[in-house]
Amino acid sequence: MSFLPYAVAAWLFVVGLYGIVTSRHLVHLAVCLTVVQSSTYLILLSTGYVRHGSAPIYADIPPVSTAVDPVVQALTLTDIVVESTITALLLALAVQAMKRFGSVDPSFLRQLRG
Amino acid sequence: MNDVFQAIAMVSMGIVGTAVVLARDPLRQVLILGVYGMTMIITFFALQAPDVALSAIVITTAGLPPMVLLALRKLREYRKEHDQ
Amino acid sequence: MSPRGRLLLFLPSAAALLFLLIDGLHQLPGFGHYPGPYGYVLNGVGVSQRHATNLVTAVNFDYRAFDTLGEEFILFTATTAVVLILRHMRGEREQPGAADTRRENASEALRGLALAFVAALIVLGGYVVVHGALTPGGGFQGGVVLAAGAFVVFLAGEVVAMKRVAPEKLLELGDAAGAAGFVLIGIGGLIFADVFLQNFLDLGKPGSLNSGGTIVLVSIAIGIEVAGAFLLVWTEFLDQAVLVRSGGDEGE
Repeated sequence: MSFLPYAVAAWLFVVGLYGIVTSRHLVHLAVCLTVVQSSTYLILLSTGYVRHGSAPIYADIPPVSTAVDPVVQALTLTDIVVESTITALLLALAVQAMKRFGSVDPSFLRQLRG
Repeated sequence: MNDVFQAIAMVSMGIVGTAVVLARDPLRQVLILGVYGMTMIITFFALQAPDVALSAIVITTAGLPPMVLLALRKLREYRKEHDQ
Repeated sequence: MSPRGRLLLFLPSAAALLFLLIDGLHQLPGFGHYPGPYGYVLNGVGVSQRHATNLVTAVNFDYRAFDTLGEEFILFTATTAVVLILRHMRGEREQPGAADTRRENASEALRGLALAFVAALIVLGGYVVVHGALTPGGGFQGGVVLAAGAFVVFLAGEVVAMKRVAPEKLLELGDAAGAAGFVLIGIGGLIFADVFLQNFLDLGKPGSLNSGGTIVLVSIAIGIEVAGAFLLVWTEFLDQAVLVRSGGDEGE
């Protein structure tokens, strides 16, 4: 149990990379990149977890010291919102590629030079 | 009990993530991405992170699917007139 | 290189990468045994120092506000790039009457429900943005909820209705104003407290709405910016998918 989240995160990272390398459609590639990103969120949140800790919100309980780490949660929170706009940028590039070259297959796009 | 819940959430995240990659058709992949977002949200709640879970809820339901679906619509229309 | 060759080259290196990752992650302290001092220190002093009860937002908008400034500008740049790429493709002709024919086969249930949700989403978005320092929430989440509230107008009616509710000039103005607002609050810290992005307003009682000083102002600025950015990206994709046609063909 003390290694499970890291193992799942490493597996998700490699599976996402496999999806990117063997992808046949640029939109499929963008969604596989989302899977890779979410594996990093899992690693970040797992490093900050305290056993039997509570959430770092003190709206109705007095401040206790056995709460989970708020710094890694702050990093992950902004990360999720910002990287969805990066995915939007990749999708816009895919639409542009379809217009210019007539195909969204990455291996076909590789053959078109100049 | 909490340990079991966390273990189930993380393992389901791994399984559904593999399914997202293995689905080759982008339209089907968007649907499985919705389920993947749900497992991600449950994992974040199990790790005592309600703020992060709120951010994940908002993005996987209203942030990402409209962009992917609209891009797919535009691609399908280009392909249709490219074939004509 | 053929796809089969690429796959054969990838699989051994993927196995090596997996082995390296697991070996590296093994050397972290085990899951649940958090060693570092920062978490414990922040949980101990965070509420009394900043009078904010949501420590994650306090870290985001006060302790580490400089990092959030960088992230916000990543969002701004990515949105500008999307708008640049998709508007450059506008050299195609706009299909006349495309906006009206698009929604004829939308079900009545969807339109009614979407109409009912517009006001609820905008109120919920405003609530989540303003209560950033008190409960889970803040500018990033509330901004996307606000943008969804305006996008639902498209689901309830036509593209023209959404464009009347959220015209592009207003979205661009909101996006830029949010980004600039954050920097101006930082400069206010420079003027009034000698440090860029220092919390210079009165800190109030923890648990009340005006606690946390500049945290609420920064949250509102980021909420406006995120809402403007997401609506801009959605509007660009919507225009491409629904309104613009290339060539001379008509119909679907």
